[in-house]
Amino acid sequence: MKAITRQKSIEDIQESLEGLDRIFVVGCGTCTTMTKTGGVEQVEEMKERLQEMGKRVTGSTVIPTACDDMTEEAMKENEQFIRSADAILSMSCALGVHRMNLYIDKPVIPAVDTLFIGVEETPGYFREACAQCGQCILGQTAGICPITACHKGLVNGPCGGTNNGKCEVDKDKDCAWTLIYNRLKEQGRLDLMRRYQPPRNHHIVLKPRSVKIT
Amino acid sequence: MVSRFKEALESGKFVITSEVAPPKGTNLEKMMHHIDLLKDKVDALNITDHQSSVMRFPSLGGALAVIEKGGEPVMQMTCRDRNRIALEADLLFAYSRGVKNVLCLTGDAVPVGDHKEAKGVFDLDSVQLLKTIRQMMDGQDLGGNNLDGAVEFCAGAIVTPEAQPIEPQLIKFEKKIEAGAEFFQTQAIYDLENFTKFMDYAREFKTKILAGIVLLSSARMARYMTENVPGIFVPQELIDEMSAVPKEEMLAKGIEIAGRTIAALKKDAICDGVHIMAIGKEEVVPDILAAAGLS
Repeated sequence: MKAITRQKSIEDIQESLEGLDRIFVVGCGTCTTMTKTGGVEQVEEMKERLQEMGKRVTGSTVIPTACDDMTEEAMKENEQFIRSADAILSMSCALGVHRMNLYIDKPVIPAVDTLFIGVEETPGYFREACAQCGQCILGQTAGICPITACHKGLVNGPCGGTNNGKCEVDKDKDCAWTLIYNRLKEQGRLDLMRRYQPPRNHHIVLKPRSVKIT
Repeated sequence: MVSRFKEALESGKFVITSEVAPPKGTNLEKMMHHIDLLKDKVDALNITDHQSSVMRFPSLGGALAVIEKGGEPVMQMTCRDRNRIALEADLLFAYSRGVKNVLCLTGDAVPVGDHKEAKGVFDLDSVQLLKTIRQMMDGQDLGGNNLDGAVEFCAGAIVTPEAQPIEPQLIKFEKKIEAGAEFFQTQAIYDLENFTKFMDYAREFKTKILAGIVLLSSARMARYMTENVPGIFVPQELIDEMSAVPKEEMLAKGIEIAGRTIAALKKDAICDGVHIMAIGKEEVVPDILAAAGLS
Protein backbone atom coordinates (compact mmCIF):
# COMPACT_ATOMS: atom_id res chain seq x y z
CA MET A 1 0.00 0.00 0.00
CA LYS A 2 1.46 3.32 -1.08
CA ALA A 3 0.68 7.00 -1.01
CA ILE A 4 -0.07 7.90 -4.63
CA THR A 5 1.02 11.41 -5.50
CA ARG A 6 1.04 13.83 -8.42
CA GLN A 7 3.47 16.67 -8.86
CA LYS A 8 1.98 20.16 -8.55
CA SER A 9 2.35 22.44 -11.56
CA ILE A 10 5.56 24.44 -11.63
CA GLU A 11 3.44 27.63 -11.51
CA ASP A 12 1.78 26.47 -8.26
CA ILE A 13 5.16 25.61 -6.79
CA GLN A 14 6.57 28.98 -7.80
CA GLU A 15 3.60 30.74 -6.21
CA SER A 16 3.94 28.87 -2.91
CA LEU A 17 7.66 29.70 -2.81
CA GLU A 18 7.07 33.43 -3.21
CA GLY A 19 9.44 35.37 -0.98
CA LEU A 20 11.40 32.21 -0.16
CA ASP A 21 14.68 32.35 -2.08
CA ARG A 22 16.92 29.68 -0.58
CA ILE A 23 15.45 26.20 -0.90
CA PHE A 24 16.43 22.76 0.41
CA VAL A 25 14.76 19.94 -1.59
CA VAL A 26 13.67 16.65 0.00
CA GLY A 27 12.56 13.56 -1.93
CA CYS A 28 11.45 10.14 -0.73
CA GLY A 29 12.91 6.78 -1.67
CA THR A 30 9.63 4.90 -1.30
CA CYS A 31 6.23 6.04 -2.60
CA THR A 32 7.21 9.13 -4.60
CA THR A 33 10.14 7.23 -6.12
CA MET A 34 7.73 4.55 -7.29
CA THR A 35 5.30 7.11 -8.76
CA LYS A 36 8.20 9.12 -10.23
CA THR A 37 7.08 12.25 -8.43
CA GLY A 38 9.87 12.63 -5.86
CA GLY A 39 12.72 10.17 -6.41
CA VAL A 40 16.38 10.99 -7.09
CA GLU A 41 15.75 11.88 -10.72
CA GLN A 42 12.77 14.16 -10.03
CA VAL A 43 14.64 15.90 -7.19
CA GLU A 44 17.49 16.70 -9.59
CA GLU A 45 15.03 18.01 -12.19
CA MET A 46 13.30 20.13 -9.55
CA LYS A 47 16.61 21.67 -8.52
CA GLU A 48 17.13 22.79 -12.11
CA ARG A 49 13.60 24.23 -12.31
CA LEU A 50 14.19 26.12 -9.04
CA GLN A 51 17.43 27.58 -10.37
CA GLU A 52 15.61 28.66 -13.54
CA MET A 53 13.15 30.46 -11.26
CA GLY A 54 16.10 32.29 -9.73
CA LYS A 55 16.08 30.33 -6.49
CA ARG A 56 19.22 29.26 -4.70
CA VAL A 57 19.27 25.52 -3.88
CA THR A 58 21.14 25.03 -0.61
CA GLY A 59 21.11 21.23 -0.93
CA SER A 60 18.93 18.17 -1.31
CA THR A 61 18.39 14.68 0.00
CA VAL A 62 16.21 11.68 -0.73
CA ILE A 63 15.08 10.12 2.56
CA PRO A 64 14.61 6.30 2.25
CA THR A 65 11.11 6.57 3.78
CA ALA A 66 10.10 10.10 4.65
CA CYS A 67 7.09 9.07 6.77
CA ASP A 68 9.04 7.31 9.55
CA ASP A 69 11.82 8.23 11.98
CA MET A 70 14.50 8.19 9.28
CA THR A 71 13.30 11.71 8.59
CA GLU A 72 14.65 12.94 11.91
CA GLU A 73 18.10 11.53 11.08
CA ALA A 74 18.01 13.01 7.59
CA MET A 75 17.11 16.41 9.01
CA LYS A 76 20.03 16.19 11.44
CA GLU A 77 22.51 15.07 8.78
CA ASN A 78 21.58 17.99 6.57
CA GLU A 79 21.14 20.49 9.40
CA GLN A 80 23.63 23.10 8.11
CA PHE A 81 22.14 23.15 4.59
CA ILE A 82 18.62 23.30 5.95
CA ARG A 83 19.53 26.06 8.39
CA SER A 84 20.81 28.21 5.56
CA ALA A 85 17.60 27.71 3.58
CA ASP A 86 14.39 29.77 3.81
CA ALA A 87 12.22 26.68 3.25
CA ILE A 88 12.15 22.99 2.44
CA LEU A 89 10.45 21.93 -0.77
CA SER A 90 9.05 18.46 -0.07
CA MET A 91 8.73 15.92 -2.85
CA SER A 92 7.46 13.25 -0.47
CA CYS A 93 3.77 12.59 0.21
CA ALA A 94 1.91 14.63 2.84
CA LEU A 95 2.98 12.16 5.52
CA GLY A 96 6.59 13.18 4.88
CA VAL A 97 5.62 16.86 5.12
CA HIS A 98 4.10 16.15 8.53
CA ARG A 99 7.20 14.30 9.67
CA MET A 100 9.56 17.08 8.59
CA ASN A 101 7.42 19.63 10.39
CA LEU A 102 8.01 17.70 13.63
CA TYR A 103 11.78 18.21 13.48
CA ILE A 104 12.43 21.60 11.94
CA ASP A 105 11.09 25.10 12.27
CA LYS A 106 11.50 26.08 8.61
CA PRO A 107 8.43 26.16 6.39
CA VAL A 108 7.93 22.86 4.55
CA ILE A 109 6.24 23.42 1.19
CA PRO A 110 4.71 20.42 -0.64
CA ALA A 111 5.66 20.03 -4.31
CA VAL A 112 3.27 17.10 -4.76
CA ASP A 113 -0.40 16.44 -4.03
CA THR A 114 -1.25 13.23 -2.20
CA LEU A 115 -4.13 11.71 -4.16
CA PHE A 116 -4.98 8.45 -2.43
CA ILE A 117 -3.65 5.34 -0.79
CA GLY A 118 -3.38 2.68 -3.45
CA VAL A 119 -1.71 -0.32 -4.98
CA GLU A 120 0.20 -0.70 -8.24
CA GLU A 121 -1.98 -3.24 -10.03
CA THR A 122 0.03 -3.39 -13.24
CA PRO A 123 3.26 -1.49 -13.90
CA GLY A 124 2.49 2.23 -13.77
CA TYR A 125 -1.23 1.73 -12.99
CA PHE A 126 -2.17 2.73 -9.45
CA ARG A 127 -5.62 2.14 -8.02
CA GLU A 128 -7.14 3.24 -4.72
CA ALA A 129 -7.51 0.19 -2.55
CA CYS A 130 -8.68 1.39 0.84
CA ALA A 131 -10.44 4.51 2.10
CA GLN A 132 -9.73 3.63 5.76
CA CYS A 133 -13.44 3.72 6.62
CA GLY A 134 -12.90 1.72 9.80
CA GLN A 135 -15.68 -0.81 9.13
CA CYS A 136 -14.32 -3.30 6.66
CA ILE A 137 -16.94 -5.24 4.68
CA LEU A 138 -14.51 -6.92 2.26
CA GLY A 139 -15.55 -10.27 3.73
CA GLN A 140 -19.06 -9.72 2.41
CA THR A 141 -18.11 -8.21 -0.95
CA ALA A 142 -15.75 -10.87 -2.30
CA GLY A 143 -12.69 -8.78 -1.46
CA ILE A 144 -13.76 -5.86 -3.71
CA CYS A 145 -14.32 -2.66 -1.75
CA PRO A 146 -17.52 -0.81 -2.74
CA ILE A 147 -16.46 2.20 -0.65
CA THR A 148 -13.44 2.80 -2.88
CA ALA A 149 -14.33 0.97 -6.12
CA CYS A 150 -17.88 2.39 -6.50
CA HIS A 151 -17.96 6.10 -7.40
CA LYS A 152 -20.82 6.66 -4.95
CA GLY A 153 -19.52 4.28 -2.28
CA LEU A 154 -22.79 2.34 -2.35
CA VAL A 155 -23.08 -0.67 -0.04
CA ASN A 156 -26.43 -2.20 -1.09
CA GLY A 157 -25.81 -2.94 -4.77
CA PRO A 158 -25.35 -1.08 -8.05
CA CYS A 159 -27.00 2.21 -9.02
CA GLY A 160 -28.94 2.66 -12.25
CA GLY A 161 -25.97 4.30 -13.94
CA THR A 162 -24.11 1.05 -14.47
CA ASN A 163 -23.90 -0.05 -18.09
CA ASN A 164 -22.49 -3.30 -19.41
CA GLY A 165 -20.39 -3.65 -16.29
CA LYS A 166 -18.98 -0.12 -16.53
CA CYS A 167 -19.47 3.01 -14.40
CA GLU A 168 -21.57 6.04 -15.36
CA VAL A 169 -18.76 8.48 -14.56
CA ASP A 170 -16.18 6.78 -16.79
CA LYS A 171 -16.78 4.10 -19.40
CA ASP A 172 -13.27 2.78 -18.77
CA LYS A 173 -13.97 2.11 -15.11
CA ASP A 174 -15.53 -1.16 -14.00
CA CYS A 175 -18.78 -1.08 -12.02
CA ALA A 176 -17.72 -2.29 -8.59
CA TRP A 177 -21.04 -4.01 -8.01
CA THR A 178 -20.87 -5.96 -11.26
CA LEU A 179 -17.43 -7.21 -10.16
CA ILE A 180 -18.73 -8.02 -6.69
CA TYR A 181 -21.77 -9.81 -8.13
CA ASN A 182 -19.67 -11.94 -10.50
CA ARG A 183 -17.21 -12.89 -7.82
CA LEU A 184 -19.82 -13.71 -5.17
CA LYS A 185 -21.65 -15.80 -7.75
CA GLU A 186 -18.48 -17.76 -8.50
CA GLN A 187 -18.02 -18.31 -4.79
CA GLY A 188 -21.64 -19.39 -4.37
CA ARG A 189 -22.17 -16.60 -1.83
CA LEU A 190 -24.74 -14.34 -3.51
CA ASP A 191 -26.82 -14.42 -0.34
CA LEU A 192 -24.31 -11.87 1.03
CA MET A 193 -25.35 -9.36 -1.63
CA ARG A 194 -28.99 -9.82 -0.70
CA ARG A 195 -28.24 -8.84 2.87
CA TYR A 196 -29.30 -5.32 3.86
CA GLN A 197 -26.36 -3.09 4.75
CA PRO A 198 -27.39 -0.35 7.21
CA PRO A 199 -26.19 3.26 6.90
CA ARG A 200 -22.46 3.64 7.60
CA ASN A 201 -21.03 5.14 10.75
CA HIS A 202 -18.87 8.07 9.68
CA HIS A 203 -17.41 8.49 13.15
CA ILE A 204 -15.95 5.06 13.93
CA VAL A 205 -12.88 6.96 15.07
CA LEU A 206 -13.79 10.54 15.89
CA LYS A 207 -12.08 13.11 13.68
CA PRO A 208 -9.32 14.24 14.03
CA ARG A 209 -8.55 10.53 14.02
CA SER A 210 -5.99 8.99 16.34
CA VAL A 211 -5.69 5.79 18.35
CA LYS A 212 -3.47 4.88 21.25
CA ILE A 213 -2.17 1.31 21.30
CA THR A 214 -1.34 0.12 24.80
CA MET B 1 -55.16 10.93 5.11
CA VAL B 2 -54.02 8.33 2.59
CA SER B 3 -52.38 9.63 -0.55
CA ARG B 4 -54.58 9.85 -3.62
CA PHE B 5 -51.79 8.24 -5.59
CA LYS B 6 -51.68 5.28 -3.22
CA GLU B 7 -55.43 4.90 -3.53
CA ALA B 8 -55.07 4.86 -7.30
CA LEU B 9 -52.33 2.21 -7.05
CA GLU B 10 -54.48 0.06 -4.83
CA SER B 11 -57.66 0.52 -6.86
CA GLY B 12 -56.41 -1.81 -9.56
CA LYS B 13 -56.83 0.82 -12.28
CA PHE B 14 -54.15 1.48 -14.88
CA VAL B 15 -52.22 4.28 -13.16
CA ILE B 16 -50.76 7.20 -15.09
CA THR B 17 -47.96 9.39 -13.78
CA SER B 18 -45.85 11.96 -15.54
CA GLU B 19 -43.23 14.43 -14.45
CA VAL B 20 -42.24 18.06 -14.51
CA ALA B 21 -38.80 19.53 -14.00
CA PRO B 22 -38.20 22.59 -11.81
CA PRO B 23 -36.43 25.53 -13.46
CA LYS B 24 -32.90 26.82 -13.21
CA GLY B 25 -33.81 30.00 -11.37
CA THR B 26 -36.87 31.50 -9.74
CA ASN B 27 -39.01 31.93 -12.82
CA LEU B 28 -41.58 29.23 -12.14
CA GLU B 29 -43.88 30.13 -15.01
CA LYS B 30 -43.08 27.18 -17.26
CA MET B 31 -43.21 24.63 -14.44
CA MET B 32 -46.54 26.07 -13.24
CA HIS B 33 -47.89 25.89 -16.77
CA HIS B 34 -46.85 22.23 -17.05
CA ILE B 35 -48.46 21.47 -13.68
CA ASP B 36 -51.70 23.15 -14.82
CA LEU B 37 -51.60 21.25 -18.07
CA LEU B 38 -51.06 17.80 -16.53
CA LYS B 39 -52.35 17.74 -12.95
CA ASP B 40 -55.88 16.62 -13.82
CA LYS B 41 -54.81 14.21 -16.55
CA VAL B 42 -52.59 11.99 -14.40
CA ASP B 43 -52.81 10.23 -11.04
CA ALA B 44 -49.61 11.90 -9.84
CA LEU B 45 -46.89 14.19 -11.06
CA ASN B 46 -43.24 13.53 -10.25
CA ILE B 47 -41.01 16.50 -9.50
CA THR B 48 -37.41 15.78 -10.42
CA ASP B 49 -34.62 16.39 -7.91
CA HIS B 50 -31.69 18.16 -9.61
CA GLN B 51 -31.98 15.71 -12.48
CA SER B 52 -28.64 14.71 -14.05
CA SER B 53 -26.95 16.48 -11.11
CA VAL B 54 -27.87 19.88 -12.56
CA MET B 55 -28.65 22.42 -9.82
CA ARG B 56 -32.23 23.69 -10.02
CA PHE B 57 -35.21 24.82 -7.96
CA PRO B 58 -35.76 21.99 -5.47
CA SER B 59 -38.13 19.05 -5.90
CA LEU B 60 -39.72 19.87 -2.54
CA GLY B 61 -40.60 23.36 -3.84
CA GLY B 62 -42.04 21.83 -7.00
CA ALA B 63 -44.06 19.33 -4.96
CA LEU B 64 -45.57 22.16 -2.89
CA ALA B 65 -46.48 23.98 -6.11
CA VAL B 66 -48.33 20.88 -7.33
CA ILE B 67 -50.26 20.76 -4.04
CA GLU B 68 -51.10 24.47 -4.25
CA LYS B 69 -52.63 23.79 -7.64
CA GLY B 70 -54.64 20.86 -6.34
CA GLY B 71 -52.50 18.15 -7.91
CA GLU B 72 -50.88 15.06 -6.41
CA PRO B 73 -47.07 15.20 -6.33
CA VAL B 74 -44.48 12.44 -6.13
CA MET B 75 -41.45 14.13 -4.63
CA GLN B 76 -38.25 12.67 -6.07
CA MET B 77 -35.52 12.49 -3.48
CA THR B 78 -31.94 11.59 -4.27
CA CYS B 79 -29.19 10.73 -1.78
CA ARG B 80 -26.59 12.73 -3.67
CA ASP B 81 -26.93 16.16 -2.07
CA ARG B 82 -28.10 15.68 1.51
CA ASN B 83 -26.92 13.67 4.47
CA ARG B 84 -29.36 11.67 6.59
CA ILE B 85 -30.14 14.62 8.86
CA ALA B 86 -31.13 16.86 5.94
CA LEU B 87 -33.11 14.08 4.21
CA GLU B 88 -35.08 13.31 7.37
CA ALA B 89 -35.74 17.01 8.01
CA ASP B 90 -37.00 17.52 4.45
CA LEU B 91 -39.27 14.50 4.84
CA LEU B 92 -40.76 16.01 8.02
CA PHE B 93 -41.33 19.34 6.29
CA ALA B 94 -42.70 17.71 3.12
CA TYR B 95 -45.17 15.64 5.12
CA SER B 96 -46.28 18.64 7.20
CA ARG B 97 -47.15 20.44 3.95
CA GLY B 98 -49.13 17.61 2.40
CA VAL B 99 -46.57 15.74 0.30
CA LYS B 100 -47.53 12.09 0.59
CA ASN B 101 -45.49 10.31 -2.08
CA VAL B 102 -41.73 10.00 -2.32
CA LEU B 103 -39.59 8.38 -5.00
CA CYS B 104 -36.28 7.28 -3.46
CA LEU B 105 -33.27 7.44 -5.74
CA THR B 106 -29.54 7.11 -5.28
CA GLY B 107 -29.03 10.08 -7.63
CA ASP B 108 -26.77 10.59 -10.61
CA ALA B 109 -23.08 11.10 -10.01
CA VAL B 110 -21.99 14.69 -9.37
CA PRO B 111 -19.46 14.85 -12.27
CA VAL B 112 -22.19 14.29 -14.91
CA GLY B 113 -23.88 17.56 -13.85
CA ASP B 114 -23.09 21.28 -13.84
CA HIS B 115 -21.37 21.54 -10.43
CA LYS B 116 -18.59 19.12 -11.19
CA GLU B 117 -16.45 19.96 -8.16
CA ALA B 118 -19.24 19.57 -5.59
CA LYS B 119 -19.10 16.86 -2.96
CA GLY B 120 -21.33 13.87 -3.66
CA VAL B 121 -22.89 13.01 -0.31
CA PHE B 122 -24.42 9.50 -0.61
CA ASP B 123 -24.60 9.23 3.19
CA LEU B 124 -27.58 6.93 2.53
CA ASP B 125 -28.41 4.91 -0.58
CA SER B 126 -31.85 4.36 -2.10
CA VAL B 127 -32.47 1.16 -0.09
CA GLN B 128 -31.47 2.84 3.15
CA LEU B 129 -33.64 5.89 2.34
CA LEU B 130 -36.67 3.63 1.83
CA LYS B 131 -35.96 1.99 5.15
CA THR B 132 -35.52 5.38 6.81
CA ILE B 133 -39.00 6.37 5.64
CA ARG B 134 -40.43 3.14 7.15
CA GLN B 135 -38.70 3.90 10.43
CA MET B 136 -40.02 7.48 10.42
CA MET B 137 -43.51 6.14 9.70
CA ASP B 138 -43.09 4.04 12.82
CA GLY B 139 -42.33 7.23 14.72
CA GLN B 140 -38.56 7.04 14.96
CA ASP B 141 -35.69 8.87 13.32
CA LEU B 142 -32.41 7.24 12.23
CA GLY B 143 -30.79 8.25 15.50
CA GLY B 144 -33.32 6.03 17.29
CA ASN B 145 -35.18 9.01 18.78
CA ASN B 146 -38.95 9.25 18.96
CA LEU B 147 -40.61 11.74 16.64
CA ASP B 148 -43.20 14.11 18.03
CA GLY B 149 -45.57 13.45 15.16
CA ALA B 150 -44.68 10.78 12.64
CA VAL B 151 -44.87 10.83 8.84
CA GLU B 152 -46.94 8.78 6.43
CA PHE B 153 -45.65 8.31 2.91
CA CYS B 154 -46.26 6.12 -0.09
CA ALA B 155 -42.61 5.41 -0.92
CA GLY B 156 -41.35 4.10 -4.21
CA ALA B 157 -38.19 3.49 -6.15
CA ILE B 158 -36.90 2.84 -9.63
CA VAL B 159 -35.75 -0.25 -11.47
CA THR B 160 -34.00 -0.70 -14.82
CA PRO B 161 -35.51 -3.71 -16.62
CA GLU B 162 -33.02 -3.44 -19.53
CA ALA B 163 -29.88 -3.19 -17.36
CA GLN B 164 -26.91 -5.23 -18.50
CA PRO B 165 -26.16 -7.38 -16.58
CA ILE B 166 -29.65 -7.57 -15.07
CA GLU B 167 -29.03 -9.88 -12.09
CA PRO B 168 -27.32 -7.35 -9.77
CA GLN B 169 -30.17 -4.87 -10.50
CA LEU B 170 -32.77 -7.47 -9.60
CA ILE B 171 -31.10 -8.20 -6.29
CA LYS B 172 -31.30 -4.48 -5.52
CA PHE B 173 -34.93 -4.38 -6.74
CA GLU B 174 -35.78 -7.09 -4.22
CA LYS B 175 -33.90 -5.26 -1.46
CA LYS B 176 -35.93 -2.13 -2.26
CA ILE B 177 -39.18 -4.09 -1.93
CA GLU B 178 -38.05 -5.52 1.40
CA ALA B 179 -37.16 -1.97 2.49
CA GLY B 180 -40.73 -0.86 1.79
CA ALA B 181 -41.01 0.22 -1.86
CA GLU B 182 -44.73 0.20 -2.64
CA PHE B 183 -44.28 1.16 -6.27
CA PHE B 184 -41.64 1.28 -8.98
CA GLN B 185 -41.32 3.65 -11.90
CA THR B 186 -39.03 1.95 -14.38
CA GLN B 187 -36.29 3.33 -16.57
CA ALA B 188 -37.56 3.83 -20.14
CA ILE B 189 -38.69 0.64 -21.85
CA TYR B 190 -39.29 0.22 -25.59
CA ASP B 191 -39.10 -3.53 -26.16
CA LEU B 192 -42.38 -5.00 -24.98
CA GLU B 193 -41.18 -8.56 -25.24
CA ASN B 194 -38.24 -7.90 -22.92
CA PHE B 195 -40.44 -5.90 -20.56
CA THR B 196 -43.04 -8.65 -20.43
CA LYS B 197 -40.29 -11.08 -19.39
CA PHE B 198 -39.25 -8.67 -16.65
CA MET B 199 -42.88 -8.40 -15.51
CA ASP B 200 -43.22 -12.19 -15.38
CA TYR B 201 -40.49 -12.05 -12.75
CA ALA B 202 -41.64 -8.83 -11.00
CA ARG B 203 -45.25 -10.04 -10.64
CA GLU B 204 -44.04 -12.42 -7.94
CA PHE B 205 -43.53 -9.48 -5.61
CA LYS B 206 -46.05 -7.40 -3.75
CA THR B 207 -45.42 -4.02 -5.34
CA LYS B 208 -46.79 -1.95 -8.22
CA ILE B 209 -44.85 -1.42 -11.44
CA LEU B 210 -45.31 1.64 -13.65
CA ALA B 211 -43.48 1.26 -16.97
CA GLY B 212 -41.24 4.18 -17.92
CA ILE B 213 -42.27 5.78 -21.21
CA VAL B 214 -39.75 8.26 -22.56
CA LEU B 215 -40.96 10.18 -25.61
CA LEU B 216 -38.73 9.73 -28.66
CA SER B 217 -38.56 13.16 -30.27
CA SER B 218 -36.22 12.27 -33.14
CA ALA B 219 -34.41 9.34 -34.72
CA ARG B 220 -31.16 10.87 -33.52
CA MET B 221 -32.37 10.91 -29.92
CA ALA B 222 -33.48 7.27 -30.20
CA ARG B 223 -30.05 6.26 -31.48
CA TYR B 224 -28.26 8.34 -28.87
CA MET B 225 -30.26 6.83 -26.02
CA THR B 226 -29.77 3.24 -27.02
CA GLU B 227 -26.04 3.81 -27.54
CA ASN B 228 -25.28 6.01 -24.54
CA VAL B 229 -27.87 5.95 -21.79
CA PRO B 230 -27.35 3.18 -19.24
CA GLY B 231 -30.20 0.67 -19.16
CA ILE B 232 -32.02 1.94 -22.26
CA PHE B 233 -32.55 -0.28 -25.27
CA VAL B 234 -34.41 1.08 -28.30
CA PRO B 235 -35.08 -1.74 -30.81
CA GLN B 236 -33.75 -1.10 -34.33
CA GLU B 237 -37.24 -1.27 -35.84
CA LEU B 238 -38.32 1.72 -33.72
CA ILE B 239 -35.25 3.68 -34.81
CA ASP B 240 -36.05 2.75 -38.42
CA GLU B 241 -39.66 3.78 -37.94
CA MET B 242 -38.54 7.19 -36.63
CA SER B 243 -35.99 7.58 -39.44
CA ALA B 244 -38.58 6.80 -42.11
CA VAL B 245 -40.55 10.01 -41.51
CA PRO B 246 -39.47 13.56 -42.41
CA LYS B 247 -37.82 15.54 -39.63
CA GLU B 248 -40.85 17.72 -38.95
CA GLU B 249 -43.02 14.65 -38.41
CA MET B 250 -40.66 12.84 -36.06
CA LEU B 251 -42.20 14.25 -32.89
CA ALA B 252 -45.66 13.13 -34.04
CA LYS B 253 -44.21 9.69 -34.76
CA GLY B 254 -42.66 9.59 -31.28
CA ILE B 255 -46.04 10.49 -29.75
CA GLU B 256 -47.68 7.72 -31.80
CA ILE B 257 -45.06 5.16 -30.63
CA ALA B 258 -45.42 6.21 -26.97
CA GLY B 259 -49.21 6.10 -27.26
CA ARG B 260 -49.34 2.67 -28.83
CA THR B 261 -46.80 1.30 -26.28
CA ILE B 262 -49.01 2.53 -23.44
CA ALA B 263 -52.14 1.15 -25.10
CA ALA B 264 -50.48 -2.27 -25.50
CA LEU B 265 -49.31 -2.34 -21.89
CA LYS B 266 -52.83 -1.48 -20.72
CA LYS B 267 -54.66 -3.81 -23.08
CA ASP B 268 -52.72 -6.89 -22.00
CA ALA B 269 -52.46 -5.72 -18.37
CA ILE B 270 -48.71 -6.23 -18.58
CA CYS B 271 -48.01 -3.82 -15.71
CA ASP B 272 -49.89 -1.60 -13.25
CA GLY B 273 -49.51 1.66 -15.13
CA VAL B 274 -47.07 3.97 -16.86
CA HIS B 275 -44.80 6.84 -15.96
CA ILE B 276 -44.52 9.24 -18.90
CA MET B 277 -41.34 11.28 -19.23
CA ALA B 278 -41.49 13.82 -22.03
CA ILE B 279 -38.14 15.44 -21.07
CA GLY B 280 -38.63 19.07 -22.07
CA LYS B 281 -41.68 18.34 -24.24
CA GLU B 282 -44.27 18.22 -21.44
CA GLU B 283 -46.67 20.10 -23.72
CA VAL B 284 -47.32 16.94 -25.70
CA VAL B 285 -48.09 14.60 -22.79
CA PRO B 286 -51.85 15.13 -23.35
CA ASP B 287 -51.28 14.11 -27.00
CA ILE B 288 -49.51 10.93 -25.86
CA LEU B 289 -52.46 10.14 -23.58
CA ALA B 290 -54.85 10.75 -26.47
CA ALA B 291 -52.76 8.51 -28.74
CA ALA B 292 -52.99 5.82 -26.04
CA GLY B 293 -56.78 6.21 -25.93
CA LEU B 294 -56.60 7.42 -22.35
CA SER B 295 -58.09 10.90 -22.51
